[in-house]
Amino acid sequence: MLTEEPRSTASSSPRGRAPHSPEHPPPPRPAPPAPPRLTAADRAALLRFMVEMRTFEERGVALYKQGRTPGSFYDGHGQEAISVGAAFALGPDDVICSPLIRDLGAHLVRGTDLAQIIRHHLGRDNALSRGREGNVHFGDVDRGVIGMVSMLPDMMVVAVGLAMAFRMRRERRVALTFFGDGATSPGAWHEAMNVAGLRREPVILLCENNGLAYSTPTERQFAVGPAERAKAYGMPGVVVDGNDVEAVFAATHAARERALAGDGPTLIEARTMRMHGHGSHDDARYVDPAVFAAWRERDPIATYEARLRAEGTDVDALRAGVLERLEAAVQAALAAPLPDPATATDGVFADGPGRTLGRGDAPWSGHAGPEAGR
Amino acid sequence: MTYLQAITDGLREAMRADERVFVLGEDVGAFGGAFKATEGLYDEFGADRVQDFPIAESAIVGTAVGAAIAGLRPVAEVQFADFVACGFDQLVNVAGKMHWRTGLAVPMVLRLPSGGGFAGGPYHSQNPEAWFMHAPGLKVLAPSTPEDAKGMLMAAIADENPVCFLEHKHLYRRVKGAVPLGDHRTPFTARVAREGAELTIVAYGAMVHAALQAADAFEPGRVEVLDLRALVPLDEEAILASVRRTSKVLIVDEANETCAAGAQVAALVADRAFSDLDGPVRRVATPDAPVPFSPGLEQAVLPTPDRIAEAARELLAY
Repeated sequence: MLTEEPRSTASSSPRGRAPHSPEHPPPPRPAPPAPPRLTAADRAALLRFMVEMRTFEERGVALYKQGRTPGSFYDGHGQEAISVGAAFALGPDDVICSPLIRDLGAHLVRGTDLAQIIRHHLGRDNALSRGREGNVHFGDVDRGVIGMVSMLPDMMVVAVGLAMAFRMRRERRVALTFFGDGATSPGAWHEAMNVAGLRREPVILLCENNGLAYSTPTERQFAVGPAERAKAYGMPGVVVDGNDVEAVFAATHAARERALAGDGPTLIEARTMRMHGHGSHDDARYVDPAVFAAWRERDPIATYEARLRAEGTDVDALRAGVLERLEAAVQAALAAPLPDPATATDGVFADGPGRTLGRGDAPWSGHAGPEAGR
Repeated sequence: MTYLQAITDGLREAMRADERVFVLGEDVGAFGGAFKATEGLYDEFGADRVQDFPIAESAIVGTAVGAAIAGLRPVAEVQFADFVACGFDQLVNVAGKMHWRTGLAVPMVLRLPSGGGFAGGPYHSQNPEAWFMHAPGLKVLAPSTPEDAKGMLMAAIADENPVCFLEHKHLYRRVKGAVPLGDHRTPFTARVAREGAELTIVAYGAMVHAALQAADAFEPGRVEVLDLRALVPLDEEAILASVRRTSKVLIVDEANETCAAGAQVAALVADRAFSDLDGPVRRVATPDAPVPFSPGLEQAVLPTPDRIAEAARELLAY
């Protein structure tokens, strides 16, 4: 069983510790962990988060097309298994830096309030972004989730820094960072990979390879794929089916165990397909319809739903519950006021200690003990 | 103590007082840094708190941001201030906006050995402070004396915001002065380096010394030298108070002239002290060209005491 309480935040000895120099070998490995077990309640939760993500995003597209959402709207239809499966493997003290454009599921798993998310999208006053940012640019610091910036993959470097701090303080926690196939091209990606691998930082680097960076296919993005490149940076590169939520969960769980054991980072390449344009403004005319048709057969929700239905899960009740919560959240968000314009320039500088990263939900029963959730 | 020793002393004191403080950068470990600013720290504090990084400025700045929001207090060194351009994005788009976006404090310091005057050429002589003045959320400091180098560095490490700390390479071993022992913090406000009644020369960093030399060309009591010390926050009241006393202002920048820190000072004075002026707002700065290598060429572009004195003479006679 995993212990989720962070270790003392007391710093290391004055001499510190070289991460893996010959005179300071890494700590002995514990016995290999038992493979993660998912209870029926876990499986229902995985499905519920994926359904919640898609249901909300369908409504989000509608709100955008009705002109109620300023700016733009981006969704992750077809990619729900990745952010849900990965975040589900995390413990409460782990940090996500940062969920990206198709990763609403990570926010939902961590427990961020849906009404706040909708308020954020609508530009209403909200606790997540206070109206300063829109669409996919939000985090929930109180739940250990830091919002993305548009300069991909900048936050991957920051995640390595968070992991570095965890290691230096001997804390039992990891940082998870998401990035797309297109984000493997800028220099910051290589710097993050090099430092993470070199220093064995406890970070999970999750590549969502959905085949397209805006309109540019991976054939015109890189000669060598992310998982293969991982080896060159001194870490395993694991390829998983990004449409299989349990596969993503298992790969993330294994990467987390590896990081907690002091063995450093893992790159997970979750392969999937972006089932629509880059955003609501993009009709994806550059994609062969036959490709969409083939991938639609592998829809992560439909396939998982069929399996769980066959195993006796009351999927209809699950869906009805999601719809009910979504409708209440949308109505609450639409009733919320816009932010006070006088606050626009507040807080450029911190005039005292800032907020600190909080703990997120960790709904997997394995975090609470093998018997939980049964 | 030299300006350089004052920086090392400030780092050591801060690291002794607060175990969250650590140093990272290229060659800062056992080697002690390209300029020896971190000499002795590795022996005292070890590899975790004095971290040698690969040549990767995005990684140096970005991991410092991550460590800072996790609750540590990183002090990152960019080997030459010029190289900060390679980590610019992390500084401007990630560090500077973090608190405004998320409410998380980013208590980190980026040490930037800057400036010319030693035949460093176009890639080792830059003064990038204006880049960061233009980016919301970054504090920008430029000490001119050993006492301030230590005091402002320790105050920067204690600050909750990302701080660009421009330490001037030309001053490292040339400037000496008394430095208080132990914990010493200097506020981010301007300082009157020399009092005068007829003209204010506004300067910061190495240009404070050039301005003081220029002021020597005039009778005592005529030329005031105001050392800004901090560019963000800019001590507007101290600038306006001095200019209102003297009625004339000359602003000196070692950086390229267009949109330099001094341009902001000039705009401030024109906007808020126009009726107190008895002459035009004048500036002396490096022309908008890279800093050349050959000593004669370099001296041709950098503001010198002679050039500053000449501009001061014209203004005093105006």
